[in-house]
Amino acid sequence: MSALLIRDLRLAFRAGGGFGLGLGFFLILAVLVPLGVGPDQSTLGLIAPGILWVGALLACLLSLDRLFALDFEDGSLDLLATSPIPMEGVVAIKALAHWLTTCLPLALAAPLLGVLLNLPITAYAALLLSLLIGTPALSMIGAFGAALTVGLKRGGLLLSLLVLPLYVPTLVFGAQSVTRAAQGLDITTPLALLAGITAGSLALLPFAAAFALRINLR
Amino acid sequence: MASLWEYANPVKFMKVSGFLLPLTAVLATASIGIGLVWGFFFTPDDFRQGSTVKIIFLHVPSAFLAINAWAMMLVTSLIWLIRRHHVSALAAKAAGPIGATMTLIALMTGAIWGQPMWGTWWVWDPRLTSFLILFLFYIGYIALWSAIEDPDTAADLTSVLCLVGSVFAVLSRYAAIFWNQGLHQGASLSVAPGERMDWAYKGPLYLCMTGFVLLFLALVLAGTRTEIRARRMQALTARERAQERGAG
Repeated sequence: MSALLIRDLRLAFRAGGGFGLGLGFFLILAVLVPLGVGPDQSTLGLIAPGILWVGALLACLLSLDRLFALDFEDGSLDLLATSPIPMEGVVAIKALAHWLTTCLPLALAAPLLGVLLNLPITAYAALLLSLLIGTPALSMIGAFGAALTVGLKRGGLLLSLLVLPLYVPTLVFGAQSVTRAAQGLDITTPLALLAGITAGSLALLPFAAAFALRINLR
Repeated sequence: MASLWEYANPVKFMKVSGFLLPLTAVLATASIGIGLVWGFFFTPDDFRQGSTVKIIFLHVPSAFLAINAWAMMLVTSLIWLIRRHHVSALAAKAAGPIGATMTLIALMTGAIWGQPMWGTWWVWDPRLTSFLILFLFYIGYIALWSAIEDPDTAADLTSVLCLVGSVFAVLSRYAAIFWNQGLHQGASLSVAPGERMDWAYKGPLYLCMTGFVLLFLALVLAGTRTEIRARRMQALTARERAQERGAG
C-alpha cells in the first residue's frame, strides 16, 4: 500500500503530473475576486472566509478527474483490482495521495491569500485549522465522484455536477468556523461538526467508491 | 400468499400498471381539479395574508412530493442493489425528473408567495436553501443516468449516488439550519399541538395533496412503463441483429 502511495506521489510531482495547478488556480481566484468586488478593505475582510473556502474547494475539484482516469485508461486500475490490496484500500490511498498533493498545499497557502483579502487577524488559525480538518473530506468525496464517472468520455463536467452538491455541508461548517473566528466567536461547534463529516466520509465513502469502481471495471 | 415481489416481474408489472395508470390519472385529475377550485374560490381570505395564502394548495403538496420522491428513489435504489429487480431501478429513473419538477414548482410558488409577503423573491433561508440544494442533487442524479450508456451500470451507479446523496442531503439540511436561522414558517401540517390550520383550509389542502400523490404515482407508472418498453425494444433489436449476423 505504501508502494502505491509513493508511486502516486511521484507521478503527481514529476513533469506533467499537474502539481501546483490547483495552487495557481487558488491564487488567481484570490486575485480575481477583489478585482470583481472592488478594493474596499472592509468588504473584502467580510467575504474573505467564504471566498477562501470556496476557492480551496474549487481548486480541489480541478484535479479530481485525473484521480482514476489515467490508471483506468492504461489498465493499471485493472491490475490494482486483481492485486491483494482490497479496492477500498486502493481508493483510500488514492484519496490520500490527492490530499497530500492538492489539498495540503492549498491549506498551507490559504493564510497567505488571506492577507490579500484582508482576512481579520483572529481568523488565520481557524482558517488553517478548518482547512486541515475539512479538506480530507473533500478529497474523499471527490474520489467517490471520480469513481462514479471514471468510465465516461466527458466525465469532467459531470463530476463537478455530482460532487459540488456533496460538498455543501463541508463548505458550510468550514466557512462558518472561519467566519465565526473573524467575529471573535467560539468555533468549537463548527469545527467539531466539520471533523465529524470528515471522519464519516473517511469511514464510509471508500466502500461506496470501491463499489462504483468495481462496477465500472466490470 | 402472493408476495409483493411478484410485481417486480416486468410482465406482471405491465399488466397491473396498465390497469392502475388510467385509474390513478383520472383520480388525480379529479382531486386536484376539485381541490384547487375549492381552495381558490370557496375558502375565505386569511385575515393577515389576504388571498395570497391560497398558493399553499400548490406549494405544500409539491414540496411534500419533492422530498418524498427522493425517498422513493432511495427505497427503489436499495431494492435494485439488494434484489436486482429491473422494474425497481427503472421506477427510480422515472421518479428523478418528476421529483426535480416538483422541487422547482415548490421553489417557484414559494417565490411568487414570498414577493408580496416577505417583500422579496428569494431569501437564503434554511428551508429555501435546502430545497435549492435538493434540486441540485436531482440534477446530478438525472445527469448521471443520461451519461452512462449501459443500462445496468447506470442503474448501479445512480443507486450508489442516491444512497450517498441522501446522507449528504440530510447533512446539508442541518448545515443550512446551522448556517442561518430562518424566515420560513414551521411545518404547515403537523400532529403536534399548538397553532393549527383551520379546517376551511385543511380540507382542500388534503384533497390537493392526495391529488398530487396520485399524480406522482400516475407519472411514475407511465414513466416506468415507457422505460420497460424502451428496454424491450433494445433487446429485440439486439436479438434481430444477432440473428442477421448468424444467418449472413
